[in-house]
Amino acid sequence: MAFDKMELKDIEVWDGNFAAAQALRQCQIDVVAAYPITPSTPIVEGYSKFLADGYVEGEFVMVESEHAAMSGCIGASAAGGRVATATSSQGFALMVETLYQASGMRLPIILNVVNRALAAPLNVNGDHSDMYLGRDSGWIQFDAYCPQDAYDLNFIAFKVAEDHDVRLPAMIHQDGFMTSHTAQGVHTLTDDQGYGFIGDFKPMNDMLDFEHPVTHGVQTEEDWHFEHKARQHNDLMTKVFPKIQAAFDDFEKLSGRKYNLVESYDMDDADVCVVCLGTSVETAREVATEMREKGIKAGVVGIRVIRPFPFMEIAEALKGVKAIAALDRSSPNGAPGMLFNELAGALYNTADRAMLSGYVYGLGGRDLTKKHLVDLYTELQANVDAGKVTTQLQQFIGVRGPKLSFL
Amino acid sequence: MLEIRWHSRAGQGAVTGAKGLADVISTTGKHVQAFAFYGSAKRGAAMTAYNRVDDKTIMNHEKYMEPDFVFVIDPALVYTTDVTINAKENTKYIITTHLTKEELVESQPKLEGKEIYTVDCIKIAQETIGRPIPNTPMLGAFMKISGMYDIEFFKDSMVRILDKLPQKIIDANMIAIQRAYDEVK
Repeated sequence: MAFDKMELKDIEVWDGNFAAAQALRQCQIDVVAAYPITPSTPIVEGYSKFLADGYVEGEFVMVESEHAAMSGCIGASAAGGRVATATSSQGFALMVETLYQASGMRLPIILNVVNRALAAPLNVNGDHSDMYLGRDSGWIQFDAYCPQDAYDLNFIAFKVAEDHDVRLPAMIHQDGFMTSHTAQGVHTLTDDQGYGFIGDFKPMNDMLDFEHPVTHGVQTEEDWHFEHKARQHNDLMTKVFPKIQAAFDDFEKLSGRKYNLVESYDMDDADVCVVCLGTSVETAREVATEMREKGIKAGVVGIRVIRPFPFMEIAEALKGVKAIAALDRSSPNGAPGMLFNELAGALYNTADRAMLSGYVYGLGGRDLTKKHLVDLYTELQANVDAGKVTTQLQQFIGVRGPKLSFL
Repeated sequence: MLEIRWHSRAGQGAVTGAKGLADVISTTGKHVQAFAFYGSAKRGAAMTAYNRVDDKTIMNHEKYMEPDFVFVIDPALVYTTDVTINAKENTKYIITTHLTKEELVESQPKLEGKEIYTVDCIKIAQETIGRPIPNTPMLGAFMKISGMYDIEFFKDSMVRILDKLPQKIIDANMIAIQRAYDEVK
């Protein structure tokens, strides 16, 4: 190979951004087309430095906007390369039009999304507004809770997305600053292990295969559009989970680290539980352990794969729980909240339909403290004791001013 | 769990210092976390950085912290920010200043009754590294006060962490660390 390998320690102290950049280096991305935006910038900066220093054989394309960044990725992916980029917030919003093109054209692009609030008011800190904005775009969405996950999930995402039975783009989400700029110990793979896990890129219908000319990005009207969309949805519903599960299993064999579509912690005998995403999952795990010392049977469910949504798996994970809190880190702006709605859908037809309440928290990077979570679990236990939801169905955590609650 | 809060100005190296400390501690088998509050801070703006150290995996991602140690690496921040916020009764303070401990407490009564150590990291950095980057000297002072590691082990570790810098700068940093270790009181 025409590039140098890098010696890594077994455990490196990396923030989530650098962990993702190292994963992109080890995956040997052919093309990164990127436009920088806080807090995701160090990912593509890292890749370009590895490229300049001779650790990657690839190409960095500087573009004039995030719309152009994803457009460049689409072109490079259609041409037959392994392609990735990163973005956040407003940049993600500007990419949205092209996200649907990428998934509709079945191009296995990997997008690292460092979650950040959406303006106005302008805010560079972490919440899940951009992540939620992408949820109907036809991409696979993985969620990291810490820098280790951000590293590992990149390898898993390439393996799944590039599989010829899948051929769909995938996002890896990490919390802006709380993961992206927080340095923690990350267990590394060697360059050979990392690259070996995903293997050489196998093109499919690539435009540079002149022996077999193909057309990408065609127009279909009423005659075929619906069939294409239905087939994409069918593949997301039926083909993606088995491939993700296989990739999780293979990754566990390689690294000893186990991932699940739905992550359950302390759930075997839980009466009360919190369902959330990102770094909050880990903070809640710590609080759940402390609540158990106080006699409250608390558990945590984290969603690892947001799209496709693990509808059956989450209902299974929540079996036997009496009171559930759905935590949404994005303003639903006139609705109950994404997680609340998805959980309500997953639980409605189950026999022991648990008490479900929704909470909006952490907008624009507002801290979710352990104290908030202690109060939350205490409130859920009060619901269990009363046999009904004692509060309104939607509440806000950590916002200043008079207590906000609705429904 | 050991928790540290750094008070700094953006550009003085608190984030690098916090990450460097985390890196050294990680090599001894402990679990670490290093992060900062950024916002859209410009160079010179007051900011805070944080370390957590534990024997088990650190899952707490809250930004709220009741620190065991407070590092102040810019002398004016004692007056323009509250360096005692969310402190515990036994929180230890290592403060960069040219004043004596008595003069410091007199000039900022909030520090009355606190366990305070002083060292002039700015002066040490200027005289050794040639720039007012007070992060590595603060770590030298911390090694003395905490007794966390032998100073020679710590310096050897920092040489590895700083290895991308020119040799002259690395050597100057080692002198700065040793001087702060010797001079903190």
